Amino acid sequence: MTGTLLKVRDLRIGATIYPPGAAAEDIEIVHGVSFDLERGKVLGLIGESGAGKSTIGLASLAYGRGGVRITGGEVHLNGRDILSLGPKGHRDLRGAEVSYVSQSAAASFNPSKPILQQVTEATIRHGRLSAREAEARAIDLFRQLGLPEPETIGQRYPHQVSGGQLQRCMTALALCPKPDLVVFDEPTTALDVTTQIDVLKAIKDAIAATGVAALYITHDLAVVAQVSDEIMVLRNGATVEHGTAEQIISAPQEAYTQALVSVRSTQNPARTGPATPVVEIRNVSARYKGLDADIVSDISVELVPGRTLAVVGESGSGKSTLARVLTGLLPPREGKILFEGRALAREYDARPRDDLREIQMIYQMADVAMNPRQNVGTIIGRPLEFYFGMKGSEKVRRVRELLDAIDLGAEFADRYPAELSGGQKQRVCIARALAAKPKVIICDEVTSALDPLVAEGILKLLLDLQTAEGVAYMFITHDLATVRAIADTIAVMHRGKIVRYGPKPQVLSPPFDDYTDLLLGSVPEMRIGWLEEVIARRKMESAGH
Amino acid sequence: MNRIILRILAQRIALSLLLLLLVSVLIFAGTQILPGDVAASILGQSATPEALANLREELGLNAPAWQRYFDWLGGLLQGDLGRSLTNGRDIGEAIGQRLSNTLFLATTAAVIAVPLAIFLGLVSVLYRDRWPDKLISALSLAAVSVPEFLIGYILMFWVGVQLGWAPSVAILNDTMTFWERLHAITLPVAVLTMVVLAHMMRMTRAAILNVMQSPYIETAELKGLGTFAVIWRHALPNAISPVVNVVMLNLAYLVVGVVVVEVVFVYPGMGQFLVDHVSKRDVPVVQACGLIFASVYILLNMVADIVSILANPRLRHPK
Repeated sequence: MTGTLLKVRDLRIGATIYPPGAAAEDIEIVHGVSFDLERGKVLGLIGESGAGKSTIGLASLAYGRGGVRITGGEVHLNGRDILSLGPKGHRDLRGAEVSYVSQSAAASFNPSKPILQQVTEATIRHGRLSAREAEARAIDLFRQLGLPEPETIGQRYPHQVSGGQLQRCMTALALCPKPDLVVFDEPTTALDVTTQIDVLKAIKDAIAATGVAALYITHDLAVVAQVSDEIMVLRNGATVEHGTAEQIISAPQEAYTQALVSVRSTQNPARTGPATPVVEIRNVSARYKGLDADIVSDISVELVPGRTLAVVGESGSGKSTLARVLTGLLPPREGKILFEGRALAREYDARPRDDLREIQMIYQMADVAMNPRQNVGTIIGRPLEFYFGMKGSEKVRRVRELLDAIDLGAEFADRYPAELSGGQKQRVCIARALAAKPKVIICDEVTSALDPLVAEGILKLLLDLQTAEGVAYMFITHDLATVRAIADTIAVMHRGKIVRYGPKPQVLSPPFDDYTDLLLGSVPEMRIGWLEEVIARRKMESAGH
Repeated sequence: MNRIILRILAQRIALSLLLLLLVSVLIFAGTQILPGDVAASILGQSATPEALANLREELGLNAPAWQRYFDWLGGLLQGDLGRSLTNGRDIGEAIGQRLSNTLFLATTAAVIAVPLAIFLGLVSVLYRDRWPDKLISALSLAAVSVPEFLIGYILMFWVGVQLGWAPSVAILNDTMTFWERLHAITLPVAVLTMVVLAHMMRMTRAAILNVMQSPYIETAELKGLGTFAVIWRHALPNAISPVVNVVMLNLAYLVVGVVVVEVVFVYPGMGQFLVDHVSKRDVPVVQACGLIFASVYILLNMVADIVSILANPRLRHPK
């Protein structure tokens, strides 16, 4: 069957916002978006956070998340306007004709029920298949999606399988009722790059095998290029550009699309050469209480003033644990940490205040790293008071200097975190770290939660501040593009060990060890067909072994 | 059952026993520092110093406190609650009937109140912020805000005296059948239900609403399930732990806190027994009652802990 499956016309979506200290306000977040989707085709919706892509995706299930309401336009699925259906009509539609795959499968599975029961639930409830047929189909889908032990994996509970496996189970859940349309909402964003590639391939194959049409929502153009026939670029709730995947990637028309395609232009030539390190971590091993295996083992790295060490690896590789050891939050079991040649106390509460001041941290989630009831001036002023005893006009002047340094004006001192954008929040956290005048700043995934263009700005700021202040960065990230952009030296971590360590040009050029090769090869590239190439190359390599 | 759960359960049980031991020390110490003297209150105004000394010797009140504590504890471990100072009867025997009456009253109230509270909590979530939710909240809050003796007297007057539907005094005797007994305790059960309902209902509502924020609830909604199916199948199983804790606290209250209700309805339970013997300064009886109440509290809270542990899929099905 061919023809138009989904027809969206002039879709308008609104929400009520509650700005702090002001009256509730109705705003429009999607301003008249229109598109068609053919049966069996995949349309990629791409844009930064706030572009309205998830909202549009959910509108094709006639669903508004939270206080979001569809205020105008039409959504036709299989020829009828689904927005005009009542609650009963919506229930009959959802989980039957159209289903949804969310970003975090880990949170989207009910923790207290076995996986299979959840995968087949909609199919059985809607009477699409009998219980036995649904189970058989689920097991087929598990097999098709490359899950281990497809016969029995469904009897496990969500916490008993890995994140990548759970994301495949979520895909099985969506495909089980044989829907006409599946909305994939950032299905691989929360996964490690090496896992993402397999899940992406599994999703792509499952789409092809079942002939289902899909909306594929992501902020990552390189990812969407691998799975989509067409791409629609969204910004602030409006369409910027809509074309075939080929055209968007190779010949973007609009300036905004061009910026998205060429993002990650920051390149910082590695600063190498002999230098005296400010911090030397020597043969450090550490584990958490009650565990009988080291989380990090035998780690030796150096931090040099004015330079950046990037610690790169997948989740669970021990990157953040290494940061906790350096700050003294987790005392090392073995090894020692030298600061300017003298040994630091193992635990933070045994370190003098000045040692604590010298090592500061910036976190991934800027909004939870700040007290929501303190204004920016208080947040930045706190380390000034705590470490330097500053008060009154002296403190105010210094806060203003710091706000200037992070390119926010003095007027930001009176604002509260809730009034700031994600990028602005992270800038405040940077200012707070700088306020202590540290020699070392640990940046733990500081750009991971940000949109590419905003992240770009934060990286530039960090590099500028480094040049001005001569501070050493330990930059923890899973994102190799970020590493390329800002690192001077790189430590690749895998399962708690450093598998590769050295100056950037050397670490990023062959010959590679197996793990670094896998890691580098897994970063999606912005060209069509890349996914198939990588998978084919891997197959050849594993056949060769 | 796996090893982790067994270990946690063993820890909980051991902790409960330790707690019970500490409570026994506390009860004993507490009754020792009470003002007044049993011997003096038994003899009343006719007490001569000589008679007092004799009676004290006879009751064993002259031994040091720690020795009397261990004597008492040793007796307890053998199931001997001691003898009443005032009438010399075996406390265990005297309490037995009273305790079973109280448990009868409390159990009946619980069997009605707990399912009703959870049901009303579910209804509140289903009609959140609409009139059924507001009505349930208002009524249950009103019920919990009025002192129970007042509710008791109001029910007694209207239902018992004016309408004549239920006896206004809940007296039991051995010849009554089970249904006659149930009929006899209608009014105290009604009062108790009203008192404990609001707390459990509101906790059920809050716990489920909290779970309703989770992404997996959205998943369930996007499967096209009806609201009640979402709440019943996906929200409630994850709200069990907080709900069970509140249910158990209220059950404990039903057993321990019925004193007022029992007195109002002249019901022959533990509460009235305790009140009688406090006024007579019959220390062994007061100690025994205190210990039984404490045991019930600790036991029910332990059950709540254990249910919470068993309701956690991460513990039930480790990796």
